[in-house]
Order: sequence, then C-alpha cells, then structure tokens
Amino acid sequence: MASEEMEQLVRREYKDGFVTDIESDTLPPGLDENTIAFISNKKGEPEWMLEWRLDAYRQWLKMKEPSWAHLDYPPIDYQAISYFSAPKRPEDRPQSLDEVDPKLLETYEKLGIPLHERAALAGVAVDAVFDSVSVATTFKKQLAEAGVIFCSISEAIRDYPELVKQYLGTVVPKTDNYFAALNSAVFTDGSFVFVPEGVTCPMELSTYFRINAANTGQFERTLIVCESRATVSYLEGCTAPMRDENQLHAAVVELVALDDAYIKYSTVQNWYPGDENGVGGIYNFVTKRGECRGDRARISWTQVETGSAITWKYPSCVLRGKDSIGEFYSVAVTNGRQQADTGTKMIHIGEGTRSYIVAKGISAGKSDQSYRGLVKINPRAKGARNFTQCDSLLIGDTCGAHTFPYQEIGNSTAKIEHEATTSKIGEDQLFYCQSRGISEEDAVSMIVNGFCKDVFQELPMEFAVEAEALLNVTLEGAVG
Amino acid sequence: MLEVNDLHVTVDGNEILKGLTLTINAGEVHAIMGPNGAGKSTLSAVIAGKDGYEVTQGSITFEGQDVLEMEIEERAQAGLLLGFQYPVEIPGVKNIYLLKSALNAQRAARGEGEMPAPEFMKLVKEKLQFMKMDASFLQRAVNEGFSGGEKKRNEILQMLVLQPKLAMLDEIDSGLDIDAMKVVADGVNSLRAEERAILLVTHYQRLLDYIVPDKVHVLVDGRIVKTGDAELAKALEANGYEGIEESAA
Repeated sequence: MASEEMEQLVRREYKDGFVTDIESDTLPPGLDENTIAFISNKKGEPEWMLEWRLDAYRQWLKMKEPSWAHLDYPPIDYQAISYFSAPKRPEDRPQSLDEVDPKLLETYEKLGIPLHERAALAGVAVDAVFDSVSVATTFKKQLAEAGVIFCSISEAIRDYPELVKQYLGTVVPKTDNYFAALNSAVFTDGSFVFVPEGVTCPMELSTYFRINAANTGQFERTLIVCESRATVSYLEGCTAPMRDENQLHAAVVELVALDDAYIKYSTVQNWYPGDENGVGGIYNFVTKRGECRGDRARISWTQVETGSAITWKYPSCVLRGKDSIGEFYSVAVTNGRQQADTGTKMIHIGEGTRSYIVAKGISAGKSDQSYRGLVKINPRAKGARNFTQCDSLLIGDTCGAHTFPYQEIGNSTAKIEHEATTSKIGEDQLFYCQSRGISEEDAVSMIVNGFCKDVFQELPMEFAVEAEALLNVTLEGAVG
Repeated sequence: MLEVNDLHVTVDGNEILKGLTLTINAGEVHAIMGPNGAGKSTLSAVIAGKDGYEVTQGSITFEGQDVLEMEIEERAQAGLLLGFQYPVEIPGVKNIYLLKSALNAQRAARGEGEMPAPEFMKLVKEKLQFMKMDASFLQRAVNEGFSGGEKKRNEILQMLVLQPKLAMLDEIDSGLDIDAMKVVADGVNSLRAEERAILLVTHYQRLLDYIVPDKVHVLVDGRIVKTGDAELAKALEANGYEGIEESAA
C-alpha cells in the first residue's frame, strides 16, 4: 500500500477528532501486492511465505469468480474490502447490549449463552474476560506432553516453518479455485494442528479454546496433519450466531491423514444470516478438503450449517491411500432469505477406497438450498465403493431445494449407491403430533430433529445437544 | 360430555356433513357406521381439528368448551384423542420420545410437572405388555416400517398411556387380522370407564362383536339417519345400508 494512502487515512481519522495511533493496524480497502507485503510483514513471516502469497495473488488476478453455483448475490467488489484490520476500536463498536439487534440477543438467550459471552459475541466494546484463558493454558500443557502442536497458523509459520512448508497448499493448491487463491494471498488467521506418529490427541480440539480465536478473521487458513496411526477430533465454530463486520469470508481448511490416521472434523457454522430481509449477512465461500494420503487413513467431515446469507462450501476427501475412507455428514438449514449451495466431493484414487455421504437439507421461509456432490472413481481405484444418501425437507411453500449429483466412474469394479428423497414437512405429521397434545413448534422441532438424526449422532456429544437447540432456534416461526 | 349440534362441514367446497347432531355422555361407547363417503371420518377429523375442513354451521362443545375455538393440541390436552386410520410415520423420532413428549405436554397443560422417568417407564412397559408389543417398539421410529396391525396397536398403546376422556377411533379395525383385532379390542375395552367415553368409527359390524357399543348411529349422506343399540349394527350387517337409507327417506 502506498504511504500516501496511509497518511490520508491517518489524516482523515485525525480530522474526525479521534486520537490516532500512528502504528495503526488497519489497512484501508484495496488489494495489491503492497497489501500482501504489509500483511506478511505484520505477521513477521519469512520470505518464502511472502513469495507464496504473492504467487497466489498473481494467479488469482488471472482467475474468474465462479458462477456455476445456484446462488444469487450482487457482485463483490474486492477492492472495497479491507484485508487487514485489527479488532475494531472500542468507540466504533456498540457501547452496550442496548445497541445490538434485539433478535440476536433473543437468540443468545434461547441458546443459553452466558451473559458475559453474549456481549463479546455481539461485538460490544467490553473487556471480554473469557474463562477459557486459564482453561487453555491447562490444555496447552497437556497437549505438549502428548507431542501435539496446536497453535495459530501465524505462530506455526514462525515456529514450525518446515512442517508448514511441507504440507501447506498440498491438499488445496493455491490456484485450486478463485476463493482459495484469494485466501492463499491474504489469509490472516486460522489454526495449525500436528499430531505425531502413533499419538491419539488427548482431547477434542476446539477453536473456542484457542486464546487468539476471539476475533476470527475473514480469511481463515487451517491446516491439520495426522502422521501414521495418529488421531484427532477437531471442532470448529460455535453455536452462538457471531456478528462480524466483514461480509466476505473465504476460508481454506486442509487435512492430511497418513497411514492409519483418523481425522474427525466437526463444524457448527452459525454466522449472522442478516436481518429479516437478509441485509448484513455473511457471504461464506469456503474450501475444505482432506487427503487420505496414507493407506487405511480415514477422514470424516460433519457439518451443521445454519448461518450466513450465502454458503458455498464442499468439504471433500481425496482418497489416495489404499483402503482409505472418506465420510461426509451434513445438515444444512436455511430460513428467511438465506441461500446455500453445499455438498461434497469424494475422489477415489486408491484401491478399495470407500466413501459415505449423508446430506440433509432443510429449507424454510424464502430460502433456497442446493446439494451438489461429486463421486469420482479413478481407473486405478479398483473395488471402490460409495454410498450417498441425500434428503431434502421443505417447510412451507416459498422455499426451494435442488440436488445436483455428479458421478464420474472410471472403472467397472466400483459400487455406487445413491438414495435421494425430497419431502415437505408433512402436514399429516404435524397434525399427528399436535393431535397428541404437542404444540406446533415442538412438533416441527421433533420432526426436523428426527430427520437430522443420522447426522447429529456423528457429532461429538456436547455439540450434538447444542446443534439441536440451534436447529430449533433457526427454524422458529418457520411454520404457521 | 360431547355435544355436536347441527354440524355442517365442507371440504373443497363440497358439503360432507349436512346437519349432524350427536350427544355422547361419559361412560358410553358409541359407534358410528355408514357407507363409504357418508362422512364418518370427517366427523372425527373435525372434532380433532384437522386442516382443510370448513365448518359452515353448527357447533361442537366438549365439557362445555367450544371445541371449534381450540387449537389442535388444546383439544388433545382437554382430553380428546383421535386414533388414526392411517397412522403417520415420523422417521428418526423414537416412539418412546413421542409418547413422553405427548404425555408431558398434556400434563403441563393440566399444570402438572413431568412424570418422573422411572414411573413413566413402568407405565409404558405395563401398557406395552397389555398390547402384546415387544419393548423394541419403543426404540423404533414412530410407525416407521410398522405393519398395519402394529400401527393400530401403537395407536391404542398411546391411548392407554395418555388416558383421554374421549377416545375417538377411526376405522381402527381396517387391515387387522382376527388375532390383532382381539388385541386391539382388548385394549379399547380396557379403556371403558365411567368417566370416559369412546367413539368408534367403523365400516363393518365385525369390530362391534368385540367392543359392544351402547349406541350405534347410522350415518348416511352427512346426517345420522338412525340410532339404536348394538342390535342395530347386526341388522345393518344383515340388510346393508340401503335398507336404512330407504326407510329414512
């Protein structure tokens, strides 16, 4: 970024009467090579990392934003986005909960979020004192004893450059797609997990317990590596709807599983979907992919997607190792004016590889939802098997559900099964429950939770309970 | 207990019930019989509050309350319970969960707390045994993959657990073999009590050999054309509905 612009920014803020810190951490909107150099410098990154980012940026410039998804949103002006911002200054944030969308607060109440966390989640200027700080310290010690590395990606680039170099971008290449390229150029935060050979991570890892995760960036980058016979369960997200001033989110998550390793990655995504008219909601363009690089490796994605105005997300598995297993369990819920185009890709390369897909889509209100799934069996993948089950549930008659299954079968020994259903939430089912004395709202929740059961049972216990509560809140008032 | 007075109901613009009047007192078992399309199922559906039925005239009161003003669940909470001709499948929802939710919703409406889990399990197991159902039914999804007979037994199981004041059974005998019919009839007979009424809707007299009604009503073309005792059902079996229609006309 040109120093003139920075000066202008400083001047402008000064003119407005703010006391300005010359060492301001916030960039004005815009993206060029200087922006990237600024980010890399701020993060104290080595030269190779900057080169990596710049290469991604130069490739990105030549790429086109994809338009194949069944989504409708105004064009994004990438020059209107600020690519590096320190947390908002206290005076720019809501000063108290009174200034926050009451609907959001109501939701926190219903989800049972503790009072002091509500303020922080809603972006209110408070001295957020998270109990988790001390918890996190205890966890860190336990993890270190097991030899597990769990830190922010920025720390990892500084402290474990060889590991990062070895794995970063090997599952999701810089130029994989438009949003992944953008992320590779400008990512500012995210997690790094490394579980060494033979180690079972002693606890479920959650971003919630990573101290610096309080302000998750809009361009997150996460890398998880499990060496041979290593196992980890990773939880991402939080059931509380998080407000964020950044409308565009483009995260990249890469998983690498070597021989006999097992990575379980669970997500509850509940970004702000916007107000009743969909204004202010998050655009969530995510690239998540895991590679079973070793034999008998297993990667399992479980996601509960209820937030965001726009969701574009296909957690995928590359099954390279012999007899490796990929799994995708998904519940996507859209209400109001939300749009989601989500699904998975299972790429079978190794012999005897297996994949399972269970996708449940629930559409309500005026929302629109698509399942898009690819099962690809390479010629070498002898005896590969896939099972896909894809169910859509419609609530009301102003929403939409679409299914786009793709299959590319490269050899004759593969066995593929696909089951798909679309049903309207039965008025008969509702009447049946209500005629037993159960209220309409409880009946809807009962029916929807039943519909999602196959996926919820894949979630870690406490997440599953939260997910049910979340589902109920999301679909509140969807009927009637 | 239940007063239906001059009830007119239309479905999609067609008048199905054309001035039906019926009184049911506590302790009584009533049977409504009639040919197909006479409006038998319409009556119980309207009392339970099913959508798509428009009451154009007349009234329904239950223990003095205006039933037509009540929400579906409020009717159930007041003690009106409908056993379905075609019980609905609800995938992923355990049978025991539905039973528990329904019971506790009804208790809550009466200002009672939730039934403690051990007490609830004891109650359910006892009723399950009575209906000759295996305990595994509780863990299966509601009606999913149940045979016709199992579904009907499950309806009666719900009645036994929920203990309604007025149990309405819509063609509970359809699709039952003779053994299943006996189990279902035993279940219904066990509900007979001074403070409770039962309304059976049926096409065939056969069921009434097992559940002997106090009153039999013949419903033809939206009206009750004849009322009698259990003997009337036998006469119907012998002579058919046509004879009744002619004598009523």
